Parts: sequence; structure tokens; C-alpha cells
Amino acid sequence: MNKTVFTKDLTNKKILVERHFDAPVALVWKTWTDATLLDQWWAPSPWKAKTKSMNFKEGGYWHYCMVGPEGEVAWARLDYDKIRVLISYSAKDAFCDEAGKINKDFPGAYWEVSFSATGTGTKVNVVTSYNSVEELEAMVNMGFQEGFAMAHDNLDELIKTLV
Amino acid sequence: METRRDVFQAIADPTRRDILNMLTQKSLNLNAIAENFEMSRPAISQHIKILTECGLIVIDQKGRERYCQVQPEKLSAVADWLEPFRKMWENRFNQLDNLLTQLKEDKDE
Repeated sequence: MNKTVFTKDLTNKKILVERHFDAPVALVWKTWTDATLLDQWWAPSPWKAKTKSMNFKEGGYWHYCMVGPEGEVAWARLDYDKIRVLISYSAKDAFCDEAGKINKDFPGAYWEVSFSATGTGTKVNVVTSYNSVEELEAMVNMGFQEGFAMAHDNLDELIKTLV
Repeated sequence: METRRDVFQAIADPTRRDILNMLTQKSLNLNAIAENFEMSRPAISQHIKILTECGLIVIDQKGRERYCQVQPEKLSAVADWLEPFRKMWENRFNQLDNLLTQLKEDKDE
């Protein structure tokens, strides 16, 4: 299994995530930018992501919801800022309602995702930046809840594919 | 939203972080803690109550005085506050690995 590297940069209110995938850049890029594919992995299990609309271009956005095991629905959107095809994209992440109206009570984050080819696959870097320490903390609070939701991770499934 | 009592809620407030910092130096009674803040004693008392409910501190009765003491093992959970974030990404990435394996197989067929 590939190792995920997490780095906290509290001074700059950033969290960095680095991960290698055993697939070519073109394929990995597609899984991050195609709504049908995003729906298949984006929501941490047992949640499921469902796309309402996707317009992957600068100024466009991805509007989706995450459906929980009890049927609870959380709407979110990702507004694309800069896109460099097969290299990187940046976007503003926010909670919203079904109509896409942004919920300002929850902190949003700014994402920069970059892709680079390695000898055996693709390295993906995700830099998440927050506006303030308070927003970062609010994210942590929410993350704590999500942590509970993910008590049953899909490790078993992963092991099956590795055997 | 229902009230949650967990370590992350405890550290989400700057006053509570300050109280915790003080208590990691030594156990203090409520008056000694309140002296360090501009806010009212009941307000401090409320923060102490939340910290107690979150399990980060315990109240130790010594004679007529009630001392607040930190629970170090709970604090270590705070130190690793990134853990849920880490879990979320690990979970996502495992799913992405599966998807990529599947997509590669589809292509080969």
C-alpha cells in the first residue's frame, strides 16, 4: 500500500498531503476531474458522493452532496480557480445547499492539487489552506465528527484487491 | 445541532486553550485560574465545566479547595488533532486506489 504523508504548517494555516498512485498521470487526473469517477471515491465510506452538476473549467464548479449511512445529506461545492490540464488545479471548497448557495457559517478552504509523473505512477500533492486558525480549528472539529462516521473503513476491500 | 463534548471542542476556544496551558504547569483552583482573565468568574467556571465534561481536566477536592488537574492522556489526543483529517484522506485514497486498479483492468480487457 502506498503511504500518505501529512504535514501541518500551522504558521501558514496549511495542511499538506502527499500520496503516490500506481497509475499514469492521465488516468489519475481523470479520477480527480471527472464527476462520474469522483462519485466513486470522493466520499469517505460509508458516505457516498453524488454529483448534481459539474463544470470542470476555470470559473466553473462541482456541485455535489455526500449521503450518509442514515440517509443524511451534506451539500458541497468546489469552485475551480486555475486549471493546468494534467499538471494542477486549484479550487475553493465550501458547504452549500441543494441550490448551490454557499453556507457562510462553515469555513471553506482553498485547495491546490498537483500531479507529477514518477517512474511507476503519479505523485499527487494536495495543499489545503485556511483563512485563519479559527477556520482551521472549525475544520478539525468537523473532522472529528467525520472520524466517527468512518469507524468502518474499507480496509477489507482493499486487502481483497491486493491478494 | 446536538451538543458535543470532545477534546476538539475543548480546544476550539482560546480561553480554554489558555486554561489548559496554565494547568499543564501546575494544578490550580478556580480563583487562581480566574485571576488570569478579564472575564467573570462564572464565565471561567463555565469553561472549566466544559473542559471537565470533555474529560481534559478533573476536579480534585483538597479540603475546602477544589483543584483543577489536567488529564495528560486526553491531551495527547489533542496533540494529534490531525488524525481525523488523516483518516478521511486515507479512506478516500484507498477507494481511489481501488478505482484506479479497476480502471486499469477495464482498459486491458
